[in-house]
Amino acid sequence: MANVTLQNVRKTYAGGNETIKGVSLTVENREFVVFVGPSGCGKSTLLRMIAGLEDITSGDLLIDGVRANEQQPAERGLAMVFQSYALYPHMTVEDNMGFALKLASVAKDERHSKVMDAARILQLEPWLKHKPGQLSGGQRQRVAIGRAIVRNPKVFLFDEPLSNLDAALRGQMRVELTSLHRKLGATTIYVTHDQIEAMTMADKIVVLRAGNVEQVGAPLELYHRPANLFVAGFIGAPKMNLLEARVLQVAADSVTVSALGQTFVIPVRPDGVTAGDGVTLGIRPEHLLHVSEGTLGGVVTLSERLGSLTILHVKSDDGTMLVVQTAGSDTTDVGAHVRLALPTDSAHLFRADGDALPHVAPRPLGPSHSGGGSDIPAAQTEHFHA
Amino acid sequence: MTPARKAALSRAALTIIGWGVALWVFFPILWMAMTGFKSEIDAVSTPPKFFFHPTLASYHEVFERANYWHFAINSIVISVLGTIVALLFSVPCAYAMAFSPTKRTRGTLLWMLSTKMLPPVGVLVPIYILARNAGLLDTRTGLVIVYVLMNLPITVWMLFTFFKEVPREILEAGRMDGATRLGEVWHVLLPLSLPGVASTALLSLILSWNESFWSLNLTSSNAAPLPSFIASFSSPEGLFFGKLSAASTLAVAPILVFGWLSQKQLVRGLTFGAVK
Repeated sequence: MANVTLQNVRKTYAGGNETIKGVSLTVENREFVVFVGPSGCGKSTLLRMIAGLEDITSGDLLIDGVRANEQQPAERGLAMVFQSYALYPHMTVEDNMGFALKLASVAKDERHSKVMDAARILQLEPWLKHKPGQLSGGQRQRVAIGRAIVRNPKVFLFDEPLSNLDAALRGQMRVELTSLHRKLGATTIYVTHDQIEAMTMADKIVVLRAGNVEQVGAPLELYHRPANLFVAGFIGAPKMNLLEARVLQVAADSVTVSALGQTFVIPVRPDGVTAGDGVTLGIRPEHLLHVSEGTLGGVVTLSERLGSLTILHVKSDDGTMLVVQTAGSDTTDVGAHVRLALPTDSAHLFRADGDALPHVAPRPLGPSHSGGGSDIPAAQTEHFHA
Repeated sequence: MTPARKAALSRAALTIIGWGVALWVFFPILWMAMTGFKSEIDAVSTPPKFFFHPTLASYHEVFERANYWHFAINSIVISVLGTIVALLFSVPCAYAMAFSPTKRTRGTLLWMLSTKMLPPVGVLVPIYILARNAGLLDTRTGLVIVYVLMNLPITVWMLFTFFKEVPREILEAGRMDGATRLGEVWHVLLPLSLPGVASTALLSLILSWNESFWSLNLTSSNAAPLPSFIASFSSPEGLFFGKLSAASTLAVAPILVFGWLSQKQLVRGLTFGAVK
């Protein structure tokens, strides 16, 4: 296994179009790193540059500390799983999986035993003599993964491998891939536009936008401490509420803002903001509390009941649309008046240039304090400032 | 009229039209084959005779007067070699154009096609002089070179279209698996586009076989293929339709049989990618 380092890597196409604008990052040995971002952000290009399918215009790619920019794809010791599976349709499953070994002149017996090992891990044994066309989407995806495993690569590269599968299968494959990663302990770089895949599978997420790295961090770190407006809006579903706000007053350990016709004291350091600045106040839907003593009023315009949780779309008294997520089956009807509370230590404040202002007491990320949507009951007693 | 009846009628009409067109295309060949078995008198009689007393006289005379096998072997060698060489050039060419296109690829393809619009006679003198100076007149090599040049635009175009249908990711998977460029083409691209490659080869073979302009102008005896064999029965002492037809039948028979045997492959290849 291996680590991968990118040093100020750039990609410029012939027309002068720069798609990767100086990316530096390190993928540690055995780490599962996910590149995530909207379409066109360069995440697939970056993966293909690591794979050797695209040239690197400038900067260095190091695999295990050795510069690999000029190495052929196969020399880099990486294996890639493509979005469309890219199986060889004219070969059987066994030949598909053994093709790399055949090209490397591995003896037939050894080839067979390696393919069998991979087939056992992926439960593909009954299908070895079949052609890819006779398999289901999930099975084809397994063959593509098997083809990668057989080569015993230093690093696994996945390019949106689950996006051609239906929702149920995608959920299942997500779990399988994660447990496979545990089993093999292989360094993995995984590209997706699906933030659920990113959040559930990654040790480390790299958020990309327009060829730039916006933030690198563990899933919960990105969730609770987004570095900027883009990451805040991109990570998390339903999306974080982003509200226009104006700075009223600045102190060493707080910023007072007006938003939604009210005043909030947010416990963040006022780096680079002064009174009168326009800022953005961010609050996740599950941090807005639907409680009778809340200070914000509004009318429910839509209610999405998912059973385990309910998403209320609320038009606040000043006309701003808010999304509120509550645990359980909230039975509030459309048209009902509701009261909401905005706990200020769960709120985020972003400067006009998009960067987040650092929290004075950053939210803990450890499981004992629990992040995400599961802490709503605790939050109701904990953060009552509004 | 019920819809079912309407559908049946239109199907019948289509069948009749289909047969009509087929007959229209096939009739000259049928007439040629029939004339080959007529006596010279029957062959030129007016009104034309559909029923006649068949004779092998024309065939006897054709075989006596000219060495059919000499021409036939020339035809086979030249068209097969021409096709192989054309594929050797056009496969890498089409591969490059399909998978690493530049902004000039389209223009190059159109330029290649445009050369087919030039009447061959327009370049007769330069090609003749080049062939003479290179000592390639009346040699199989000379004709192979000309046929390769003649067929390259078509083979490149056809292969380009077939290769375009192969997903790029499959080739990239091959590259990740350690295939060289050549390995990628040999192990992945060619097997995947085999119907297309086969029909391209067939077409090139048929075009080379049927070519007469260059074979008549660049060969005389040594390397003369079957079109020269036919032509040799039309010139000196006027037209003898019986013998001419017998010679023509002999000349087209091999490629006709070959075409018949491979028609499934040919049609499959020519419609490959058209329905998707």
